[in-house]
Amino acid sequence: MMGPEINAYLILAAFLFATGALGVLIRRSPLIVLLSLEIMLNGANLALIAFSRRFGEIDGQIFALAVMAVAASEVVVGLGLIVAMARRHLDLDVDKLTTLRG
Amino acid sequence: MGNFLVWVVWVAAAFACLGSAVAVITFANPFYSALALVGNLGSLAVLYLLLSAEFVAAAQMLVYAGAVMVMFLFVIAYLGGRAETPWAGGPGWQAVAAVGAAGALLVEIVVAVGLKAGGRLSEEADVDAFFGGPHEIGRLFLTDHLLAFEITSIVLLIAAIGGVILGSNARSGPESTGGSPARAGGTRSPAPSISAAQPPEGEAAR
Repeated sequence: MMGPEINAYLILAAFLFATGALGVLIRRSPLIVLLSLEIMLNGANLALIAFSRRFGEIDGQIFALAVMAVAASEVVVGLGLIVAMARRHLDLDVDKLTTLRG
Repeated sequence: MGNFLVWVVWVAAAFACLGSAVAVITFANPFYSALALVGNLGSLAVLYLLLSAEFVAAAQMLVYAGAVMVMFLFVIAYLGGRAETPWAGGPGWQAVAAVGAAGALLVEIVVAVGLKAGGRLSEEADVDAFFGGPHEIGRLFLTDHLLAFEITSIVLLIAAIGGVILGSNARSGPESTGGSPARAGGTRSPAPSISAAQPPEGEAAR
């Protein structure tokens, strides 16, 4: 298959990762921060699968599946925290959550 | 002709991917952001298909776009649409610094890829038709990567237990102090808000 080169996939993964990082840094709602984290993880997944295709080894796809499982766990814990915060009537704003500050 | 078609699909999927990623971080309503992320995951699945990772693409659609995003949408619907202005407080120094940091990250990755591995990444390895299929992935998961497979299952189990503990901690009222360490830690937050918030929830739980 003579599609785009692996470089193009890697650049796209870099753009995805940077977009997700921008979302994590700039948004205040913890829900959007979690969604942006998903974008970052997907950028890493795209790079892993592109490398897997480049070298003809399937281990990169195994790694991507493990990342997917970690992302699902992270969403479970993160959403549990957000629901617990909402039930205590805390503001859903990461800038105001300062009680855990060391 | 097939070559041209691959390029068309790639460009469409790449632009859909980037556009929906930007939409996720710019929409004020979290509900629209989650729906844009579903589009992002779908276009990424198309890219995975182009990279002959068929099983990962299917798992992406089922696990991510199916299960995880439905959970997200449930929580967003439960919390209500609390719209937040994306650039709250105007372009303060925090926003400028965030854009700078993300740009620096992007430049760093692109430079690393371009300088260190530019020429060597242009060609692809020859793969057969079984590359990326469930047969190969299942074989590797049960032979070479058995430890990773088992650790993944433990991670998922711990996440499920954590979700249950967080949920029961949020639901339990002030009468359940002195329970597990997680609950004892939870009771450190201001007590009046808990007692004000919890009785209806406790009633609903019973």
